[in-house]
Amino acid sequence: MNENTIKDKVAIVGLGETAYYKRGQAPASEFRLALEAIIRACDDAGIRPTEIDGIASYSNDRNDSVRVATALGLPELRFSNMFWGGGGGGGSGAIGNAAAAIVAGFASTVIVYRALAQGQFGRFGQTPAVNTISGPIAYTWPYGMSTPAQWIALRTRRFMHEHRVTQDALAAIALACYHHAQFNPRAIMYGHPLTRAMYDESRWIVEPFHLYDCCMENDGAAAVILTSRERARDLKQRPAWVMAAAQGSDYRQGAGAENLPDYTTSNFKTLAPRLYAMAGIEPKDVDVAQVYENFTGAVMTSIVEHGFCHPDEVMDFCTVENLSWPNGKLPINTSGGNLAECYMHGLELIIEAARQVRGTSTCQVKDAEIALVASGPMVAPVSDLILHR
Amino acid sequence: MSEDGGGAKSKTYLPDGMPAPAASRDGLDREFYEAAKRHEIVVQRCARCAAFQFPAEWICHKCHAFDPGWHRVSARGRIYSWERVWHPAHPALKSACPYLVVVVELEDAGGVRMVGNLLGDPMQEVRFDAPVEAVFEDHRAGHTLIQWRLAS
Repeated sequence: MNENTIKDKVAIVGLGETAYYKRGQAPASEFRLALEAIIRACDDAGIRPTEIDGIASYSNDRNDSVRVATALGLPELRFSNMFWGGGGGGGSGAIGNAAAAIVAGFASTVIVYRALAQGQFGRFGQTPAVNTISGPIAYTWPYGMSTPAQWIALRTRRFMHEHRVTQDALAAIALACYHHAQFNPRAIMYGHPLTRAMYDESRWIVEPFHLYDCCMENDGAAAVILTSRERARDLKQRPAWVMAAAQGSDYRQGAGAENLPDYTTSNFKTLAPRLYAMAGIEPKDVDVAQVYENFTGAVMTSIVEHGFCHPDEVMDFCTVENLSWPNGKLPINTSGGNLAECYMHGLELIIEAARQVRGTSTCQVKDAEIALVASGPMVAPVSDLILHR
Repeated sequence: MSEDGGGAKSKTYLPDGMPAPAASRDGLDREFYEAAKRHEIVVQRCARCAAFQFPAEWICHKCHAFDPGWHRVSARGRIYSWERVWHPAHPALKSACPYLVVVVELEDAGGVRMVGNLLGDPMQEVRFDAPVEAVFEDHRAGHTLIQWRLAS
């Protein structure tokens, strides 16, 4: 064990969220939403915003750290950091970077935030109408293969072929997420239960993904505050201790035109062992998991790569019963996640993991001690986080 | 949707208006596009260690020799994965769905894969590992796409 571990030296002490909206319906500017979430997280923690001295984000965040620091009048910005890569791959990575900064003494109180108001900017999941393209995308876009749904579908299809997985496993993941959203009044899909018949009858986006296999697109903002062990003990909330974090990517996962050597991986095969080693636990010790859902197929392979089941056991493990609160073996995405709570690039999953170890989830797993977050499947780099009570 | 290769020659599998591929301005993959216009497929193959590499890079990922050379490969392979796309993610595709995308593993290129469309009926049943051969689709805009059809 590396003695420089971040284990148990940092806690998530504040959680902040705006209301969540359907895409394009945010009533305020994206930057204002970010500030609202940060202020709420400070209120939740019981710290003054001016105590923040570090900022970490991910996915090419548009809300510049220096603008945030200036807007909040931070006396001193001591750490300003961005996790490489797009999509949801960096959510846990930003938390890990914040924790590392605190342990290293770069900063004492670090905020991680995410704000999306797509009406004010371009839309995800759409390909810009340009005339000419170059580089790796030029080998796929002209053939109508340009979106995350389309590349993740190709890799999911191959995994299903190799391991004899049917649509049932994908449906089970979508149904479990929607089930959890029905208990969560913050969720966009609260009051909109999903049935298997609705799933089957929904339109194909790209086979094997129906509409309900795909994340939503939403507006809103979320923020998380981390601080040191000493400071965390004096604050308002029960700390959610950072037990382990990991980030990275497997061999040549950035190879374009679908040339990644391990074609069907979620990209957690090298991370998960490091994550569990730092935490000093095994998969069976995890009480609840928040697994980033860009698309259900990548959730399935993330579950496998975090050691919850063997690839050939997916059909037995990925059932609505096993993945659902309160009685499932591994309740996942207990707030509804990207599929049914809000697509906040997975920061809402980290907030939900913290709620589980605080004991305040709307689908509270009984006596939950350990919550795992997997950020980003089938992108590169990806990241992981374990919190404990 | 056009017929496969032997059908209406002026037509292409996907409609006009899709982004046209072009060599990178830095010249990294110019050879690939020049070969496609000649109806050939080339990928990088390291002159020192013989490792295949695609898409192109300035260095061989195996032995770190710079400027791996280019190597002509057969225009044949097998279907490694596939999908039927129903939702148009680009304005030009609004009336083109569904269509088929395939990942083809070339038969003699060290496992190199290419993405293209599988010509023919978009509702056809697609088999993993089915042998396919390239169809070079010349576009009026001047570029050539590498498409695939089931091998006879």
